[in-house]
Amino acid sequence: MPEGVIELQNVSKRYGKGDRAVVALDGLNLSVPAGSLFGLLGPNGAGKTTSLRILATLLAPCSGSVRVAGVDALQDPRGVRERLGYVAQEVALDKILSGRELLQLQGDLYHLKRADRDQRIAELIELLGMGDWIDRRSGTYSGGMRRRLDLASGLLHRPQVLVLDEPTVGLDIESRAAIWQVLRQLRDQGTTVLLSSHYLEEVDALADQLAIIEGGRVIAAGQPSQLKAALGGDRVTLRVREFSDEPEALQVQELLQRCPGVRQVVVNRAQGYSLNLVVEHDGVVEQLRRQLAEAQLPVFALAQSRPSLDDVYLQATGRTLMDAELAVAGSRDPKAERKQSMR
Amino acid sequence: MTSAAPSLINAAAATPPQRSATSELVQETLALTRRLFLQLARRPSTLVAGVLQPLIWLVLFGALFANAPEGLLPDGMSYGRFLGAGVIVFTAFSAALNAGLPVMFDREFGFLNRLLVAPLRSRSSIVLASVLYITALSLVQSVAIMATAWALGYGWPGGAGLLLVLFTLLLLVFAVTGLSLGLAFALPGHIELIAVIFVANLPLLFASTALAPISFMPTWLGWLAALNPLTFAIEPIRAAYAGQFSLSAVVLVAPYGELSAAACLGVLAALALGLFLLIRPLLDRKLA
Repeated sequence: MPEGVIELQNVSKRYGKGDRAVVALDGLNLSVPAGSLFGLLGPNGAGKTTSLRILATLLAPCSGSVRVAGVDALQDPRGVRERLGYVAQEVALDKILSGRELLQLQGDLYHLKRADRDQRIAELIELLGMGDWIDRRSGTYSGGMRRRLDLASGLLHRPQVLVLDEPTVGLDIESRAAIWQVLRQLRDQGTTVLLSSHYLEEVDALADQLAIIEGGRVIAAGQPSQLKAALGGDRVTLRVREFSDEPEALQVQELLQRCPGVRQVVVNRAQGYSLNLVVEHDGVVEQLRRQLAEAQLPVFALAQSRPSLDDVYLQATGRTLMDAELAVAGSRDPKAERKQSMR
Repeated sequence: MTSAAPSLINAAAATPPQRSATSELVQETLALTRRLFLQLARRPSTLVAGVLQPLIWLVLFGALFANAPEGLLPDGMSYGRFLGAGVIVFTAFSAALNAGLPVMFDREFGFLNRLLVAPLRSRSSIVLASVLYITALSLVQSVAIMATAWALGYGWPGGAGLLLVLFTLLLLVFAVTGLSLGLAFALPGHIELIAVIFVANLPLLFASTALAPISFMPTWLGWLAALNPLTFAIEPIRAAYAGQFSLSAVVLVAPYGELSAAACLGVLAALALGLFLLIRPLLDRKLA
């Protein structure tokens, strides 16, 4: 198997020591093929940001190996920095400088020649539509403008690999579409793009490869279509009444479980005791309707869909992405996390 | 957003030809220094306050002790002339002591991370830029104070004296900037850094020979003043103001002995070197 442009092997990372240590990465393996647009999908706290910070050489892993474009990040971090563009999640700007001055600074830190630097900045201003405001102080920028500026500074030195941490979080639709377009363009021109996201739709729409990460490990990886196809069957959501109750839902569940071609019947208490199930083919649904009619049960709603990435996630983790988000929401310590990112 | 020609974001572009390490180091250091000067140009309040405050010191303290008894100061020196050297040194010292603040804010806001993901030739360029900036800033401030002191009739260190003043300030600024940058990486946040600056600033002024000679102090304070780094900078400058250019002449009569200007400069140089060696492992660790 050919080596990917990004290779993380058995990477572990703990924050803190002793009993209070938090395991962020737990033997993570990731291989990103050259020229792909790769999505790293997972709930908050899964280890996405830690992985990307390790790639950007901001963090050293506790163990494991990290290679970017054939360069060992632990042996030659400078070599990795030259080849990799990193767009962080929290955009740190010097508010009193204009966007152009920030890009000039960045260009000098990457040792571009003056003429090349200024030409490159002009190109990126054009590409990202920043001409109207690039000479204003960056403190006045909106979230979308800041993200575009950050994308520009990640691209300034023409990196082989671009790494973006949740590039569209909190953005308006227009800015999001603009960033998506640039990322696709980059991929088409041969840049390897790795982005993290906790938006299923984003990864589904953009990525041609993805890895699902949870608890600091990769739990599923491949092309979105493959992963969805591998699940097989269609997803069906059934409601016998608009507001059903538990005994009735359990009764229907039992009935459905007896039907051939039906799998994984789950009562969804959070959604008015609706039933989620997997059917092997279309014919099964007709069969279901007949069975329900015979049992004199009404059908308020019946929705059928191909498996989505959320189903892939559900299959791999036993819970939906949204549930995973909610589960970690209370257990994170933003102050401690800010300290981790401080040098 | 317009669609771009393929060449615009051509990832396959060859890595640029390698340039010499020195020219890359100069480029990154100058870029980081330029940022600090752009900040100053757009937020000149630091500079304005930094010049205004010592001038107020000079005028107010000069007036406060204008009627000091004859013989308080050696050689019948006027108090204003005595004070000038103290205010110059204290101003340079304060500016250098604050050098760590912008770096601390860069740490806290994450701007430092932006610098750390770039392939800097040496991360000491981050520290070097701060040293260059603070040195230039405190030299400007010092010259402003010296000009004012001259206008108030407190004299001007001519020729070699001026060189001695600038060289002394340079040593002091290097030492204190190093200390402040070390603190900026050692302390957890700007609150702590400001607290340290606040606690260190005025006591070091009062426990030095900036405002009064050692002969005027109680013994214990005299000892403190004679060990205070500020004193080692103040006395050579004061001697230069008195028209004394000889490096071997005694400028400081301390309880433990008499020190020449050269000895004072030697202490400052040793201090700068010592602090540099002390913070280096810390910087290496934080900027590794």
